[in-house]
Amino acid sequence: MSTTLETLPEAAIAGWRLRWRRFRSHRPAMVSLVVLVLLTLFALAAYPVQWFAGIDPFATDLLSRFDPPSAAHWLGTDEAGRDELVRLMIGGQMSLLVGLLATAVGAMVGLIIGLLAGYFGGRTDAFLMRFTDGMIALPLLPLLIVIGAVDLTKIGFSQEFAHSGAAGFWRVIVIIALVDWTSIARLVRAATLAIRERDFVRAARVSGAGPIYAMIAHVLPNIATPLIVAVTLTVGRVILLESVLSFLGFGIVPPTPSWGNMLNNAQELVATAPALAIYPGLLIFITVIAVNFLGDGLQHAFDPRSQRR
Amino acid sequence: MTKLLEVFDLKKHFPIRAGLLGGVTAKVHAVDGVSFDVAKGETVSLVGESGCGKSTVGRAILRLFAPTAGQVHIDGNRIDDLSPAELRPLRRRIQVVFQDPFSSLNPRMRVRDIIGEPILNFSLSSSGSDLEDQVATLMDKVRLPRDAMNRFPHEFSGGQRQRIGIARALAPGADLIICDEAVSALDVSVKAQIVNLLSDLQDELGLALLFISHDLAIVEHLTHRVAVMYLGKIVEFTDRRTLFSMAHHPYTAALLSAVPVPDPDAPRNRIILTGDVPSPIDPPSGCRFHTRCPFVFDRCRIEEPPLRIVGPAHVSACHLEHAPGEVIAHAA
Repeated sequence: MSTTLETLPEAAIAGWRLRWRRFRSHRPAMVSLVVLVLLTLFALAAYPVQWFAGIDPFATDLLSRFDPPSAAHWLGTDEAGRDELVRLMIGGQMSLLVGLLATAVGAMVGLIIGLLAGYFGGRTDAFLMRFTDGMIALPLLPLLIVIGAVDLTKIGFSQEFAHSGAAGFWRVIVIIALVDWTSIARLVRAATLAIRERDFVRAARVSGAGPIYAMIAHVLPNIATPLIVAVTLTVGRVILLESVLSFLGFGIVPPTPSWGNMLNNAQELVATAPALAIYPGLLIFITVIAVNFLGDGLQHAFDPRSQRR
Repeated sequence: MTKLLEVFDLKKHFPIRAGLLGGVTAKVHAVDGVSFDVAKGETVSLVGESGCGKSTVGRAILRLFAPTAGQVHIDGNRIDDLSPAELRPLRRRIQVVFQDPFSSLNPRMRVRDIIGEPILNFSLSSSGSDLEDQVATLMDKVRLPRDAMNRFPHEFSGGQRQRIGIARALAPGADLIICDEAVSALDVSVKAQIVNLLSDLQDELGLALLFISHDLAIVEHLTHRVAVMYLGKIVEFTDRRTLFSMAHHPYTAALLSAVPVPDPDAPRNRIILTGDVPSPIDPPSGCRFHTRCPFVFDRCRIEEPPLRIVGPAHVSACHLEHAPGEVIAHAA
């Protein structure tokens, strides 16, 4: 059931207004929201900047490597003579997109597993939660490296896809989604357990609701609040995870830039061109901090009991 | 009268798991062999103190969990052994109204969706406007204003929410409504309104009610027959008039003597029970009430009294020959 803001009755609107007011009172979250909007605009600015300044972010110019900032290249050029600013913008698109998509896919997996475990309980619950525990117990980094090294042509993808930039992009999303659903699954399970024992879920079962309908119509809307907060916080972690993967060479494949692989490229040059490491590192840092504060702010806005000052 | 619901020797034991491997270490004997029936258009009340298993009986009939043993029949057809898919079409015959008007309605759904949900689930409407008509009619029946349709539950008082819950129970055209402490959470005046509404609906629609309550004063107002439960068993079952005038079981007599009388000068013979209800994990041997019974004698501690006929349409599970009232009179 979807309700748009216009069809919501007054009291429900008042609820959302109240939450917005509480969110606004959380200063770090408001600042973070502005920062994230600016970061998104910065990433999207890649297109107009390329167009108007006539810069090709993939064109190498070995005569102007490591140029300092100039009128033509505001942040200078990288080790292949490419414009650093435009590459940071495109890298931002990649990093933010991976952060959102991988979180969405991972949250979906976690949501389904958590709902099934919490709603059905018993053996289903025991099986799914032991599986989740097992997933948590796996050492993350070796696992990422192993999945990152899987040869896509051997599992049935075409040669051209396996070596294209898109393959690297989707590979990152699948890898992250595979490992980063566990905390959402546990949270959803706990929240579902509490809602399942409420009488309205019992009443729905008595009045003929099947389990899937009951989960979607009765449980999901009532666990949305903690879910939204947890998912927001996950986005920050996923952006970090993407940079770790790219740093290790398993993420977004050059020449397509992402903040993570730009940082990776810059590591050998830290002594000669420290700025190339500082720019993407700083952007990752700011993004993750902003997302975390945003999550805090949402938590504050949704939880009527939380008090600040 | 034809029997709508029949319950035979219903048992529900909840396992208690403990230890590393989750082995069953003990069982809670929540319901331990309960049999009764409800006729069409009749009200049967299940009374007893909290923890006696009366709500568990209701939930087992509704199959919110599977009973451990025993049978549940509707119109003479056994339903407790049906698969969930086979049971589903029959679910519309038995509906429920819960105690807590705050947790029994989904806070994220509008009233029209709450009341319309069973109609949609059982595919009982032909179109969207038909659904709306049905919901509006139901709201008239429970005396809620039609314009309340688009509101959310938190905008209503406890009594109004209970009306929404009753409308939802009526929606699929139920023959039997299980009222699980349906008025216990309400204020006295609101309680009376809801009780009156329920008995009006019963007259109008020929509904049968299984009224689960701990409140004998309310039960006296709307019931035809009463079953008194103690520690998972029915100890006395008879019609209202007999129960309230000639209770046979000492536990019933004690419950009745605890009902407040709104007259400070009225003579009162209160039977004060001492001690607590024994644990249903390890119920007492013999008569389950013997640890608290003021009339206990040796036989009670060893031999469990069966439900036996003590009068016309009157059964009681007690070894005593005479009702406590007569015993007290003889002693005096």
